Amino acid sequence: MTLTRRLLSIAAVALGAASLVAGSALAQQPPVRIGSTLALTGPLAATALTHKLVGEIYVEQLNARGGLLGRKVEWIVKDDQSKLELARTLYEQLITSDKVDLLMGPYATGAILSAMGVAQRYNKVLIHHTFGIPSLAKYDMQFPAWSLGPDPANTVPNTLFDALAKSAKPPKTIAIVTSKFPSVHFISVGGREVAKKRGLQEVLYLEWDFGNRDFGPIAARVKDAHPDFVWIGDIGLEGNMLLDAMKKIDYTPPIHFHVYPAPGPMTKAADANHALALTIFEEHAPFTNSAVAADFVKTFNERAAKANLPDTHVEVQAAASYTAWQMLEAGVRGAGSFDDKAIAAWLHKNKVNTITGNLRFDGPSNYGDDLMKIKQVQDGRWVVVYPPQFAPLNVKLQVQ
Amino acid sequence: MSWPSLNLLGQAILSGIFIGGLYGLIGLGLGLTWGLLRQINLAHFGFVFLAAYLSYQMATEWGIDPLATLLVLPPLFFLAGAGMQWLLARFEITPFNSLLVTFGITVVIESIIQGIWTADFRRLETHYNDQKFTIGNFYLPVPELLTLLLSVAIAVLIWAAMRYTDLGKALRAMAQDGPIAAAFGINEKGMSLMLAGVCAALAAVAGICLALTFTLAPSQIFAWVGVVFAAVMLGGLGSALGPLVAGVIIGVSEAVTMAVTAPSWAPIVSFSLLIAMLLLRPDKVGR
Repeated sequence: MTLTRRLLSIAAVALGAASLVAGSALAQQPPVRIGSTLALTGPLAATALTHKLVGEIYVEQLNARGGLLGRKVEWIVKDDQSKLELARTLYEQLITSDKVDLLMGPYATGAILSAMGVAQRYNKVLIHHTFGIPSLAKYDMQFPAWSLGPDPANTVPNTLFDALAKSAKPPKTIAIVTSKFPSVHFISVGGREVAKKRGLQEVLYLEWDFGNRDFGPIAARVKDAHPDFVWIGDIGLEGNMLLDAMKKIDYTPPIHFHVYPAPGPMTKAADANHALALTIFEEHAPFTNSAVAADFVKTFNERAAKANLPDTHVEVQAAASYTAWQMLEAGVRGAGSFDDKAIAAWLHKNKVNTITGNLRFDGPSNYGDDLMKIKQVQDGRWVVVYPPQFAPLNVKLQVQ
Repeated sequence: MSWPSLNLLGQAILSGIFIGGLYGLIGLGLGLTWGLLRQINLAHFGFVFLAAYLSYQMATEWGIDPLATLLVLPPLFFLAGAGMQWLLARFEITPFNSLLVTFGITVVIESIIQGIWTADFRRLETHYNDQKFTIGNFYLPVPELLTLLLSVAIAVLIWAAMRYTDLGKALRAMAQDGPIAAAFGINEKGMSLMLAGVCAALAAVAGICLALTFTLAPSQIFAWVGVVFAAVMLGGLGSALGPLVAGVIIGVSEAVTMAVTAPSWAPIVSFSLLIAMLLLRPDKVGR
């Protein structure tokens, strides 16, 4: 063996040993623990299970990429049973007892607001995916993935009415019927104001309590009012129930918009063709043009089918959830630290590129642009119809 | 407030009669156990929803006509109801404690439903959904009409049985004074088991009607408690026809309120009626 070969062998052994030591040091580092709650049981469980699946997918992908700052990620998710008071208690436990390094928000506005109070008390960053009332988010280190903009009661209706104004048959009269569910009601009230300003004649305005059983009389009143356009401030299956009640009296609204419908059931409802709703992501180009989004859609479709989720498509909820995890990863990598204040400072100053768009957090309540788009049920599936650059080829808003 | 058109008012009244029929049907079993067995059986609501989900399962997964489930589910629920009554009697549960115990059973049933069918909304899609009769400008959907007809038929049948049969007389005697009734040879334990079974079977019938006409979610179980309690209290405990009549009055009042004013006022109607009755005719409420 020549001297050179001997030296090379020694160097190779030394390198191997060094990498083994470094590898084992990385492996010995404790995992980064991210804590959150989700409504795994109770009335909000159906949607929260989507968020759970997305979180699992993201953490798996993140660990496959080497984790965060060289440490594996462990996600601790507790069941808040759809109860706001329990969410607050569990976030307190996650911080004080489980001693998690980072937080991820729970599902739905009420629970997020509860968690926000706890995060504020302990100076923790709270990134959340589904907060619907921006004006209530007062904490400086909370960051929204639900890109409604700071004034959705104004911007969302304007986006909708812009879309309708450019349709083949712009409406002249409007009926607004709405649930009093908090994150829905204020947008409907905003829609009413915007409609007035834009010169639409209001022929009916009705409110019902969340949990209303009988939609027959409401359907009869809408039919009686003969509106060109019906704004339905619904959440979950309320919209389906109202459409069912309308069908029973042989009435189909000319064109109808739903604030937060249950996306899967709405596409299957008999009279839901041409129903309009809001979205930030749908399973078609240009949303799926990025490799990250396309890969996520494919993985989610497969895993949701295996998990027996009723809707296996990636739409607003799943996309917002994925976006929140992208924000957390970007914040940690950008700050180069797990320190909450450093992460918050980085997020305040930088944009984050996500599957739902480029998000910024420097506006009121840390909200950036209103990225909401208008989607429509066409041939049994949701497609974005406005703004046109987000619509699939040859797809346009359809009116009857 | 503008006065609604005759067409709107008529359709709203029809809608109220239909939902009132369902209030009455759910309230019938609850009122009978309350009045005759002295048990406030909150599990009745759990049974209603369990039957609704089973009917949904049998119709959507196994292709059975929802109305055919009327032949299967009530007998099964009869056994479940009698079994629950046997347990309550075995542990000598007092009327107040029955409220707590049956509330617990309802929570368990809700969890079972959620475990099997998830918390997501379920809708029974059948050919009945598209069927309706038209009278002039008014629409009578077949599922709602069937519910009302069943509700009326069952209430009349039970009223007649209570009034004209020995069994009915024995039940009423037992409710008035159990020990004296027993002295006359009435088997109180057997009668209690039978009555609890019948009430659970009625819950099954109501559940099938609920699945035909409404969207199902486990959390909806408790949404029906207030209004059905009001119908039972107004209609009279142990009464066969009372809950139906009270249910229709409440349903129509709610529907007319929705047609004339804001729909969000409707939920307070049932309780306003109950409070008014308590103030004006306290002797008639809950009797």
